[in-house]
Amino acid sequence: MFGDSIRKCLAGLQGTQTWRVGIAVIAKENYPLYIRSVASQSELKFHYTVHTSLDVVEEKISAVGKSLGDQRELYLGLLYPTEDYKVYGYVTNSKVKFVIVVDSSNTSLRDNEIRSMFRKLHNSFTDVMCNPFHNPGDPIQSKAFDGIVSGMMVQTG
Amino acid sequence: MESLTLSDVEQKYYSDLFVYCDTDNTKKVASNGRVLDLFRAAQLPSEVVLQITELCGATRLGHFGRSQFYIALRLIAVAQAGLPLRVESLNSVKDLPLPRFVVGKNEAEAKHAALYQDTDSQGLYPAPGAALIPRPPGRGHQNKKGPPSSASLPVHEVVQPQAPSIEPQPEPTSPVVSPHQSPPTSPASWRKHKRQHSGGNAERQPVAASAGAVWTHFREPQSVPVTGDGMWSSHSPPPPSQESWVSFTADTPPSSTLPAMHPSSVQESTTIRTLASAATTNEIQRQSSAYDDPWKITDEQRQYYINQFKTIQPDLTGFIPGSAAKEFFTKSKLPILELSHIWELSDFDKDGALTLDEFCAAFHLVVARKNGYDLPEKLPESLMPKLIDLDDSAVPEPAADVGFSSSPVEVTTNKSPSMPSLNQAWPEMNQSNEQWETFSERSSSSQTLTQFDSNIAPADPDTAIVHPVPIRMTPSKIHMQEMELKRTGSEHNHPTSPLLAKPPELPEETAIKFVAANTVGYSSSDSFTSDQEPITRQRLVTLSQSGTSPEALKVVAPPPPPPRPHPSHSRSSSLDMNRTFAATSASGQPQASAIAYPPAVPPRPLPTQAEGVAGSGAGLTTTSPQQIPQQPNFADFSQFKAFAASEQPVSLQEGDKHSEGGQVAAACKVSSGPLAPPPKPIRRRLKSEDELRPEDEQHGPQKSNVTAAVLAAQPSIPRSVGKDKKAIQASIRRNKETNTVLARLNSELQQQLKDLLEERISLEVQLEQLRPFSHL
Repeated sequence: MFGDSIRKCLAGLQGTQTWRVGIAVIAKENYPLYIRSVASQSELKFHYTVHTSLDVVEEKISAVGKSLGDQRELYLGLLYPTEDYKVYGYVTNSKVKFVIVVDSSNTSLRDNEIRSMFRKLHNSFTDVMCNPFHNPGDPIQSKAFDGIVSGMMVQTG
Repeated sequence: MESLTLSDVEQKYYSDLFVYCDTDNTKKVASNGRVLDLFRAAQLPSEVVLQITELCGATRLGHFGRSQFYIALRLIAVAQAGLPLRVESLNSVKDLPLPRFVVGKNEAEAKHAALYQDTDSQGLYPAPGAALIPRPPGRGHQNKKGPPSSASLPVHEVVQPQAPSIEPQPEPTSPVVSPHQSPPTSPASWRKHKRQHSGGNAERQPVAASAGAVWTHFREPQSVPVTGDGMWSSHSPPPPSQESWVSFTADTPPSSTLPAMHPSSVQESTTIRTLASAATTNEIQRQSSAYDDPWKITDEQRQYYINQFKTIQPDLTGFIPGSAAKEFFTKSKLPILELSHIWELSDFDKDGALTLDEFCAAFHLVVARKNGYDLPEKLPESLMPKLIDLDDSAVPEPAADVGFSSSPVEVTTNKSPSMPSLNQAWPEMNQSNEQWETFSERSSSSQTLTQFDSNIAPADPDTAIVHPVPIRMTPSKIHMQEMELKRTGSEHNHPTSPLLAKPPELPEETAIKFVAANTVGYSSSDSFTSDQEPITRQRLVTLSQSGTSPEALKVVAPPPPPPRPHPSHSRSSSLDMNRTFAATSASGQPQASAIAYPPAVPPRPLPTQAEGVAGSGAGLTTTSPQQIPQQPNFADFSQFKAFAASEQPVSLQEGDKHSEGGQVAAACKVSSGPLAPPPKPIRRRLKSEDELRPEDEQHGPQKSNVTAAVLAAQPSIPRSVGKDKKAIQASIRRNKETNTVLARLNSELQQQLKDLLEERISLEVQLEQLRPFSHL
């Protein structure tokens, strides 16, 4: 499934200028529901990045969860920057995690934009969940969701 | 603008014309140039055209909105029929022939003809097309199909024998059954058929058979409008029209919603369209795809869907939960992925449940998929759930709503693709309730929630919500007092008194409130004005109920203090009444005084009572005569003062003395403190009465003095009483006048509120339209 979506993504995005390196949706049990990345870097590296970012996400969840509980912020912000890219995290109340990896060279990317991206992702994810034909825990195979993600990945300006 | 009732034929015709004139593709306004050309083509004298323009309201508006355009078309028909142009004749004239346009329509007709001319029937079209076209282009193209078919073109004739074979197939009750017949290649064969329908009869037959299922699916859209039109009850039109419709779809470049197979037909269409003028190509596309939208749900289909819906959810306005829908659609044996996609398309409000419209759309997509059609990427316009109730939409709506009625109208009217964006707008605009309904449905999505939050937050500081709060306090207090006063049986004057205390504040406050409500942004003002309005309305109503117009007093400068004490009088008198009634020995006088007090009779009993009562209020009574010349209203109080004075000693005694004392005491207190709030006099009176009792003995010896004083004061009382009466009546009149003025003001503001609400709704609708684009 991922292969299909990734291949589609690659085919569509080859040659286009993109910012976002990749977007991933991780389930509560920390297995991926949806991973999409851009062709500019190897898939493996992207997957590895997402995987390692999960640790940071978990850490942030537990840190905030202790103090406030239900007031926990969904947007986790910059998880950790590397020399190549920045990783942003977002977790829902049902412990579904969204991870966005963007190129470090995109300094103009504001926090607000990332937040709005996460919000869009969350909304699309909610729509997918509302679909009775989708079983929670299954990989996301929604065309609408794909559309949203592609739109976000190909965004320019 | 009066609403226009159009027949289905007219509806189609007018919407076509509107689309034709809607060169800017605004979907709401027909460009003036085009419209005027059209009107000129109607071959009416220019004065008539001017008159029509004026009558339909376009002159007033400055442009031709949809409703204006339709009214104008109707008026043209009226004028062409030779009838005088009247607004009433819009709806009263029955069986009006459709307006005829010579020049402009010819062009459109020619294009329609051209699109059909991939057959031998070319020669036939120009003939009807060139002449004065008695029928609208929409029906025209079908009409053209009629004559050509009857002209025994081999093309069409071949189709006719197939018609019987096709006819029995479409069973609206089992569209799912027929799909089994259709092989996946049906699209291809369908395409083939479209290309070669001019020749190759043999091909057509197998194609027809294989595409029979397809045709069953889509024959209805064509046959229903055909049969719906009275003129086409003959058999010949349906098959050729069906075919023509098929060819038409080949001609029309598919919108993104049409099945993917259509792109191949685009090339065909382009070659044909070279015959037509390029300028109106878009228009034709829009018109034709409006006619022949393959995603349109026919009447029978919709009925079937509704029945199926009922099996799951008997309430047609209710929802089908996702799980039930999942089971139901899983029965169709489509792959889950496709069902999931269908769900995504059809669950328009993303609430996890299907309304009737969503269910019909989903079912339709399932049927289409079973027939071999590829699922569209996004929901076709005709399948979009209508935001208005099925019942509402079944009622023929004014022309403005032509785009989005329910299936009966849907089938017979031509919905141009220019309508889709309109579809959501118009019903939303016209059905503000459903608009709110939609919002409530969407409230479950965080998306909407956040947006609402952002809307509400900035609204808070802007609105005058702060203002209403303090305003409401006082009026309600006063209100309560009024209610109390009213309850106690007193009348008009009483409410004025408490309000008189606050009139300077109230008018300003209410004025502020109203102004604030008007100046505040739409989004916030609604709720607030609605808050304010009912309150003010309530207040006004209750106030007006009391007979006088306290509201009037609000805007008017506060009356002199004297009137206020009246309520105290009344209150006192009412309380006295209670006492008097409680005291069985109450004489007729006190009752009469209490009852008769409000009008103007009270003075009479007062002197008599004053005579009978002696009290220690000598001092008060002495003051009363002094006050009489100064303020005639106080004369009453003087009387009551006399009563109070006289009653003080009498308070111990039962019956009338209590009432009189109460009155007089209250009068005393009130007169001493004219500006004192109403309750105080009551309290004071009660207190005074309590005090009076122990004092009674003390004041006993003063009784005679008081009586004398009262008697002395009596001569002056009648005169002041007369003046009092006039003053009261004058104040009553004034209050009534101000009451009416305020009532008028209220109604005007209500109207303003309604207008603002409408504007707000329209803005929100526009926002909704723009929202999908801003999210991508």
